[in-house]
Amino acid sequence: MALSSNFWIWIAAILTLAIYSFLYKDNPFYKFAEYLLVGISIGYGISVYWHNTIITKVFNPLVYDKNFLVLIPLLLGLLMFSRFFKNVAYLSRIPIAFVVGAGTGLSVPSSFEFLFKQVYATMPTKLDIGIIIIVIGVISTLIYFFFSLEHKGFVGRVSRVGITFIMVAFGAAFGYTIMARVSLFIGRIQFLLSDWLGIIK
Amino acid sequence: MNIFLKLSKVDRRFIYIFIALVVILPLILKPKFPVVPTKPVQDVYDYVENLPEGSKVMISIDYDAASMPEQQPFLEALLRQLFRNKLKPILVVQWQLGAPLGTTALEKIARETQAIYGVDYINLGYRPGYVAQIVGIGKEIRDYFKTDYRNIPLDSFPIMKNVHNYNDIDLLVGLEAGATYLVWIEYAGGRFKQKIALALNAVSAPDAYYFYQSKQIIGLVGGMKGAAEYEALVGKPDLAVAGMASQSYSHLVIIIFIILGNIAYFVEKSRKAKEGGK
Repeated sequence: MALSSNFWIWIAAILTLAIYSFLYKDNPFYKFAEYLLVGISIGYGISVYWHNTIITKVFNPLVYDKNFLVLIPLLLGLLMFSRFFKNVAYLSRIPIAFVVGAGTGLSVPSSFEFLFKQVYATMPTKLDIGIIIIVIGVISTLIYFFFSLEHKGFVGRVSRVGITFIMVAFGAAFGYTIMARVSLFIGRIQFLLSDWLGIIK
Repeated sequence: MNIFLKLSKVDRRFIYIFIALVVILPLILKPKFPVVPTKPVQDVYDYVENLPEGSKVMISIDYDAASMPEQQPFLEALLRQLFRNKLKPILVVQWQLGAPLGTTALEKIARETQAIYGVDYINLGYRPGYVAQIVGIGKEIRDYFKTDYRNIPLDSFPIMKNVHNYNDIDLLVGLEAGATYLVWIEYAGGRFKQKIALALNAVSAPDAYYFYQSKQIIGLVGGMKGAAEYEALVGKPDLAVAGMASQSYSHLVIIIFIILGNIAYFVEKSRKAKEGGK
């Protein structure tokens, strides 16, 4: 066992334990660690945005490259702040309209291809148990969400198959979620036992 | 029957202690646990193995510290494979809080393999833009990354010579904790036909398997389990492989708790029904 002599590893270890203390009950140590995390994340985020957006994308092109075209996106960005003033709040719709318009224009053609590839992948190109399950799953799930017909008789039976597929998907997602949470815990325990306490290598 | 009722009312903190023990003990005792690669992970490994020497692999860091245990082992294993095969990683970051994580892994493995910055690998860092940037790289990467993460002009690095857009990138590997991978698939993959491999957090992985089935991605590494498989394939078991025993035992315990909880629920339900019937 070789206890770490690194000051920052001690800080990280103490904060990890402070966060996990919540599992016993809510307490000031947990609250301190939580607020510290939120504050540092926001502070770091703002500094990154400042250097990578305001300085790189606005200040440098304006001051050094004399590129006055950046005034247009700058003005659009500033108009977003008009929401804070009731009498001119409507001006914020201009940049929103720009973002929605550009976003939709970019997205529509790509979305079609995105979707068609999925549809194509559902077409049975060979007789394979996997593809048969996929076809039955897709059709029955779509019928479950088809509300123009009452879910009774044949439609009811197919939609019951659909809900079974949906439940299997939920189960798989839940299983993966457990794996993700346990992984995070394992990561922290590895840090505590290895980097901090030096019990494992 | 009484024992199930008592179990259903057990203090949740005892369950936490139990799970903690099941995670900690295997990490200390280190039981041998087989790690068998699955096809989606094997496909990523094989694709990288078959890339010709000097190929450029763009790695996108789209996660932050909350996903470190799942993503960092895969990133390190992938970088080991890239440097071993003389492939050239180009690191970009879409999640600003992930920038230090990507840099740490890149520098660590580059030191290990004596790779030279600017020649064998480069770190372009974080730039804002998201969708616009991902689409923009399809035209010219310098429109968004004029410099590397230390503000050194891109054209001063030999690795970036003749790298302009997706045509010059042989593979894109997205390490994903959120939904950024959808944008990579939709624009880089759909519009620019960029080959994409994904490493997703276990939470997101089930939502991405259908992209693998539809061949919109070449392979998928899901969570710590996927990272462990990749470490095993690369031949250097590390943190993810070490965590697999804890992962498996804790899953077993959770399954037992779920079964006991359900039995307790039905016992309680039937008891209430009987009391109601009296």
